[in-house]
Amino acid sequence: MPIITYREALNQALREEMSRDDRVYLMGEEVGVYNGAYKVSKGLLEEFGENRVVDSPIAELGFAGIGVGSAMAGLRPVIEFMTWNFALLAIDQVVNSAAKMLYMSGGQFNVPIVFRGPNGAALQLGAQHSQAFESWLAHIPGIKVLSPGTPYDAKGLLKSAIRDDNPVVVLEGEMLYNTKGEVPDHEYLIPLGKADRKREGGDCSIITSGKMALVAMQVADQLAKEDIHVDVIDLLTIRPMDVEAIYESVRKTNRAVVLEEGWEICGIGAQVVDFIQRECFDDLDAPVIRVHQADVPMPYAKNLEKIAKPDAAKTIAAVKQVMYRS
Amino acid sequence: MASKKKTDAKGEARSVRTAGDPALDREMLQSMLLQRRFEEKTGEAYALGKVGGFCHLYIGQEAVSTGIISQLRPDDYVIGTYRDHGQALARGVAPRAVMAELFGRIDGCSRGKGGSMHMFDRHTNFLGGHGIVGSHVPLGAGVGFAIKYRGGDQVCVCFMGDSVVNIGAFHEALNMAALWKLPVLFVIENNRYGMGTSVERAAAVDDLSRRADGYKGMDGIVIDGMDVHSVREAAAKAIARARTESLPSLLEIRTYRFRGHSMSDAVSGTYRSKDELEEYQTMDPVFSLRDAMVIAGTLTVAEWEQMEKDVAATVQDAWDFADQSPEPPAGALYEDVLVDTTS
Ligand SMILES: Cc1ncc(C[n+]2csc(CCOP(=O)(O)OP(=O)(O)O)c2C)c(N)n1
Ligand SMILES: [Mg+2]
Repeated sequence: MPIITYREALNQALREEMSRDDRVYLMGEEVGVYNGAYKVSKGLLEEFGENRVVDSPIAELGFAGIGVGSAMAGLRPVIEFMTWNFALLAIDQVVNSAAKMLYMSGGQFNVPIVFRGPNGAALQLGAQHSQAFESWLAHIPGIKVLSPGTPYDAKGLLKSAIRDDNPVVVLEGEMLYNTKGEVPDHEYLIPLGKADRKREGGDCSIITSGKMALVAMQVADQLAKEDIHVDVIDLLTIRPMDVEAIYESVRKTNRAVVLEEGWEICGIGAQVVDFIQRECFDDLDAPVIRVHQADVPMPYAKNLEKIAKPDAAKTIAAVKQVMYRS
Repeated sequence: MASKKKTDAKGEARSVRTAGDPALDREMLQSMLLQRRFEEKTGEAYALGKVGGFCHLYIGQEAVSTGIISQLRPDDYVIGTYRDHGQALARGVAPRAVMAELFGRIDGCSRGKGGSMHMFDRHTNFLGGHGIVGSHVPLGAGVGFAIKYRGGDQVCVCFMGDSVVNIGAFHEALNMAALWKLPVLFVIENNRYGMGTSVERAAAVDDLSRRADGYKGMDGIVIDGMDVHSVREAAAKAIARARTESLPSLLEIRTYRFRGHSMSDAVSGTYRSKDELEEYQTMDPVFSLRDAMVIAGTLTVAEWEQMEKDVAATVQDAWDFADQSPEPPAGALYEDVLVDTTS
């Protein structure tokens, strides 16, 4: 199987879906002439022309709204945010327009749109540029939220997102664009709402997604050397969440750690813990532990940033804690 | 004293740059040269990994910061974007504190928590480097609101890039600033590009200063940003309007960045040509003033060389200081999230 980067996988998904359906277009800052701020849209302007690969001014609220309006009138936009930090300016269009349209029109107007771009912290970008928005977006009924961690998942999920008749948010990882993985030559789709078991083990579940799925796999490999076998459940879709996959894993391992990139309070982990306590209360041998970012805006200083971020060491400590090992 | 022709930094007839008051000229030259050499050093530090994250150099735009800020009083306010090192230095924030911030150290002007994009300094009313395009423009208007509310005669200068004129927050802020007559200078540093997008590809208006037309009482002016005297003169008028009549202005200052958008962007790139870059480099704001002064006989070559030496020493001192400043202690992570109201 060919090995390609996460960036190339997303690029292939866009190219294939744009070739397949001429209602699909890409709009955002620097997506055309500049080939994408992170080069995800490389070559697309040349291939599809400026009608379908549209460079916008820096006007997130405006072009997100143009996306929603054009979707109501029959197009299938892919709106790229240079990063999700800047999508905060457009959150009104995501939440009040895209997510509500079908419901408040009594089922008359659906909005088949994809909002995508890098999410989460990179390196030393400071407080305004280092935020993970999974829980903000997953809070909203009326949208689907995806968080792929590998090239294979990124391609299959983005293709499904573009074909979905609903608003779909795709949270990519800025630090993932250069990571590599196997992606088949033939066409494939990954269904939305289905988790993927990334490592099999009977001792403890790690429930996670996105960039943190890579951390979880690293943790699983490392702990295997100490004869601790971790079941890694990569949610892939955060909303709607594949609760059955979580229950099945926790019923087997009786212990769980929830690992996420964002902040603790009202985070994704809080929701996962709630699902677990409702359905697997009698299966648990230990309280579920959460690993997440420190409850502070991201600091710039390298040493502080390292302490603030969730990582493999913190996750290993959490697994050992739920297993009562030291 | 200022340039003979009042057009722009390219396209129109080239301004003839002249020297002015010798003492003042020397001060401005020194201020601009400090920014230039400091930024070159910042680039070196970035290459060595001493500075991280996104880092946007100010090289080429020094006449804007120096020209405007040299007209301000210490109790006036300055707010701007992530491209903030030059403005901080022009405002008098210590080079040591700016460099230490870039290095992420405890002695940085934001205690190492802000970094390149978020320089803050209470002592000089420097209200920050802001990272979200356009979002600080309403903040600038808000500072103007506070000045007027208290009945003061200070002004607020709000620096922004050319791409800001296309974002909603800009229009909301300018409307309220005009409606409520707030003493604010909205200063567009038109360096012709927002990242890789030229102004023509982003704004449905030719002169960005014309954006002022939508707002009653707001002056819109185009200024040659490669000539510090033109900038100073325009700033003086706009500041007087703000101080005495509490009226806002929109200044479009035409300038150019000599480096890439940030340290991760190529110097000329595919969106602009090397020729274009080189053409603007012939209008270098620092060396234009130097040359004008030499021709006017107000600066000798020996004096210039001394100035270079002094500036180099200041920049090296800032580097050494930053390099020795400790990292913030781990406990600092949880400080400054909220003001402590428990004791
Ligand atoms: C709302 C928002 N969208 C996108 C970005 C990413 N970004 C940072 S700087 C920049 C270009 C800004 O250009 P301009 O306003 O001309 O300022 P310059 O960098 O030229 O000083 C972009 C797109 C951002 N910081 N904020
Ligand atoms: Mg610009």
